[in-house]
Amino acid sequence: MQLIHYLSLSAILFSIGFYGVITRRNAIAILMSLELMFNAVNINLVAFNRFVTPTEFIGQIFAIFVIVVAAAEATVGLAIVILIHRNWRSIDADRVNLMKW
Amino acid sequence: MTETIVFYLFSFIIIVSALAVVTLRNIFHCALFLILCLFCVAGLYVLLYADFIAVIQVLLYVGAVSILIIFAIMLTARLAGRQVVMQNEQTFIGAFLALILMGGILWSLTGTFIRQSAEVPPPKSLATIGRLLMTDYVLPFELVSVLLLAALIGAIVIARREGT
Repeated sequence: MQLIHYLSLSAILFSIGFYGVITRRNAIAILMSLELMFNAVNINLVAFNRFVTPTEFIGQIFAIFVIVVAAAEATVGLAIVILIHRNWRSIDADRVNLMKW
Repeated sequence: MTETIVFYLFSFIIIVSALAVVTLRNIFHCALFLILCLFCVAGLYVLLYADFIAVIQVLLYVGAVSILIIFAIMLTARLAGRQVVMQNEQTFIGAFLALILMGGILWSLTGTFIRQSAEVPPPKSLATIGRLLMTDYVLPFELVSVLLLAALIGAIVIARREGT
């Protein structure tokens, strides 16, 4: 397996996640699509680490940081979703317009 | 040869389940397909000699983040189940933009030369990663732990009920 295969898979996965972020109404579904995009980035980092600098592990360390930041993002995002659901009785991202004008 | 077969198998499952995550109507099924997708990504990490990242992926994504998402779906399920329309009216323009993005990345990949190394990765990565995290990357490591603490407190403050 060459680097290009992993990069192509990562590009496809990123585009699928992008499509989900744009077209979903449900806020939790948007967060799940974001997780797909994070995973695409991580595949990129680990694949570059494997094929370009196999003995230095820098890509893997960055992947760890990305995973941790994604976990923090999911925590805060889902807390906001639950708060929105409590106040609006809905988690439709199109109807939550408090900070739009 | 085996590596190729395993790679294409995992890639197929990843792409199909990712498409299911972004297109299915029942959000609970979406969450289950997300777990399958994340698990297969962990398999890809094993193929890439990143054993520690694979374990972290299973623990943090398949274990923690998925459970968190399922909890959030359960807490909002009464309305999420009734909500039939899951896509907004941007489906076509969204698909168009996503295809442009994918085509652009793939097209730029074909024209890029990346100098690859022929070295064989060492069999165990955990000791080296731990040493690097404690020496060269100790500042981002500590920053990320502070970030996690802030996210923890922030999530509790945001999600708790008023007056309790």
